[in-house]
Amino acid sequence: MKSVRSMVLVSSDPVSMERGAAQVYENLKTEIETLGLSDEISLSMIGDVGRHDALPFVIIYPEATIYGPVKPENAQYLVEEHLYKGRVVPELQASHKELTGKIAWVNARKGTLPAEQRIVLQRVGIIDPENIEEYIINDGYQALGKVLSEMSPRDVIEEVKSSGLRGRGGAGFPTGLKWGFVSGTPAKKKYVICNGDESEPGTFKDRLILEGDPHSIIEAMSIAAYAVGANEGFIYIRGEYLLAQERLKKAIKQAYDYGILGEKIFGSDFNFDIHVHSGAGAYICGEETALIESIEGKRGEPRARPPYPTTHGLWGKPTLVNNVETLANIPAILRNGGKWYRSFGTPSSPGTKVYTILGNVNVTGLIEVPMGITLREVIAIYAKGMKRDVSFKVAQTGGSSGSIIPASLQDTPMDFDSFQNAGVSLGSGALLICDENTCVLDLAKVLQNFFKKESCGKCNPCRIGNERAYQILENISQGTGTMQDLDDLAMISKNLFELSNCGLGQTAGSPIRDILNHYRAEVEAHIRLKVCPSGVCPMSGKRL
Amino acid sequence: MNKLYNKYEKEILGILARYPAEGKRSAVMPLLFLAQRETGYVPTEALSNIAEITGISETDVASIMGFYTLFHAEPAGRYRIQICTDLPCALRGSESYLEQICEKLGVKEGETTADGLFTVEAVKCLAACHRAPMFQLQGDGEIKYYEDQNVEITMQIVEEIRHKVAAEQEA
Repeated sequence: MKSVRSMVLVSSDPVSMERGAAQVYENLKTEIETLGLSDEISLSMIGDVGRHDALPFVIIYPEATIYGPVKPENAQYLVEEHLYKGRVVPELQASHKELTGKIAWVNARKGTLPAEQRIVLQRVGIIDPENIEEYIINDGYQALGKVLSEMSPRDVIEEVKSSGLRGRGGAGFPTGLKWGFVSGTPAKKKYVICNGDESEPGTFKDRLILEGDPHSIIEAMSIAAYAVGANEGFIYIRGEYLLAQERLKKAIKQAYDYGILGEKIFGSDFNFDIHVHSGAGAYICGEETALIESIEGKRGEPRARPPYPTTHGLWGKPTLVNNVETLANIPAILRNGGKWYRSFGTPSSPGTKVYTILGNVNVTGLIEVPMGITLREVIAIYAKGMKRDVSFKVAQTGGSSGSIIPASLQDTPMDFDSFQNAGVSLGSGALLICDENTCVLDLAKVLQNFFKKESCGKCNPCRIGNERAYQILENISQGTGTMQDLDDLAMISKNLFELSNCGLGQTAGSPIRDILNHYRAEVEAHIRLKVCPSGVCPMSGKRL
Repeated sequence: MNKLYNKYEKEILGILARYPAEGKRSAVMPLLFLAQRETGYVPTEALSNIAEITGISETDVASIMGFYTLFHAEPAGRYRIQICTDLPCALRGSESYLEQICEKLGVKEGETTADGLFTVEAVKCLAACHRAPMFQLQGDGEIKYYEDQNVEITMQIVEEIRHKVAAEQEA
């Protein structure tokens, strides 16, 4: 490995590519070569860092100088000045206005902005995801080496248990406990699956982890496989995430080339193979038993449970299924210990959580912060306040597993237990923040439309219930609702909870439950007064 | 064995190798992707090919194809403009954006333009919520994201593609 004095990163998210990032990269490369600096400067395209405006941007480390937007014709001057002569080029630096809060993690290093706590995203946007050496230099595969050389499978599970890590896919099940279940089965053949079928509306954290740090998932799966006694794994990635799939496949190939996957890993007796299985556009496949059905080459319809995948999973074998974000925590936990991990977050929900901030706020994007932060803090600190200072009304925490959070709960710590006690849930970590001009009925209608379309159709409560709920909401929004509709909605919501086959059907009733709980008066105004208090609903008098 | 197999033999063997012998039907989704790679849809003939390779019935293959939205049974435009209309995008105006794109292209949602190039579809969350409105362009075996869109920018992209295709045809 050559030693470099400067690292130059060019953003390569779709917006940057659209604005000529590839040409910027090529020009920088040519210029670096021309000046004979190739041996001392590393140049990489990096993934999406989540929050920035001045695209495409070029970050130069170790100074963490951010240039942007950089045009191809700026490349020569930039290399000459910054890399050759060592002078910062102020006129190309991203303006303070554009950067405030946008690249919080870079600026936090310089002590100017609210720091995030990056564990899961520690390398995202900092290393070249297509280069295994960069991963290795940045502590990569250290945990796997430690696990294979110093720890027994039981030690690994104990360490994960002691960290208190809970599943980040939405349900918050203790990860160490799940690993223990799979490890406790006597079967010879077991599987480890990474659930990368992220499809909750408003959630894109897993995509950025898979695109930005694919090796972390390979390392985590290898550790998990060693702990539970599996020798084969599948990464199930959404069919739409082509870039993530490509990067993962490349990363897997590199890992095989380096002897990190395959047989006798690091000279131990541990063998492990990973395959990528692409989804094909079915939201329900994020449910773990549906996902398993899908890998088996069937329609992605959830199985009846029990038995659980931990004993009867893929091809009937004990199977560990973990979400991308959950797995991304694993290497750091094994490297630093469960006790270290507990120093972040709250006692019942240790560690950090990645949130995607969306909606009527000044700064949208991706953040990673300790569990237990409040919505008010997120809005004030990371989202830089509400747009046009219109007051905050309601938030939605992402898709089926999330719920509608009224402003009255904005000081409730965001961790699994505090939210559960308040009758809401953390969901997949989307924070869709809406202002006073949002109609809750409209909000519920769009969500219900999603469930209506994505219901797999296997069981009646979900297939019919979501359709019916959507029709009723539509009628109310058209001004043709009746008070009876409210009772019907409550009944549908209850039926969904109690009678649906899988977790997604069971939570599909939460939008209607939540608006009836928190915003009943507003919904009633649509019915009694035929008025949408926010002026959003059409009230055309047409009945569905 | 059959047409699909002969065409992609090496790739198909690679796919089958990923799954245990008793789990051969797992190859059905990767094979459906393969079958529609060139034309953008799965021709009827491919269904029986896939059935033969995986050892399940043709009806099973068709039922799986019907379940997943990324598999297409019907030919459509060479490019699919898929606009996300889920909640985060809807709050940033994706519904009226979709309407206007349809109007500019002279189609309704789900229809294909007269030149056979573009099919406009409303789809569910594509995980680019912070840069809405957005669409993904499927075509020529690729999927590309276009973010932070408005009608003008999108129509420029459409025109560029039209020029590219026209140039190809001339050549």
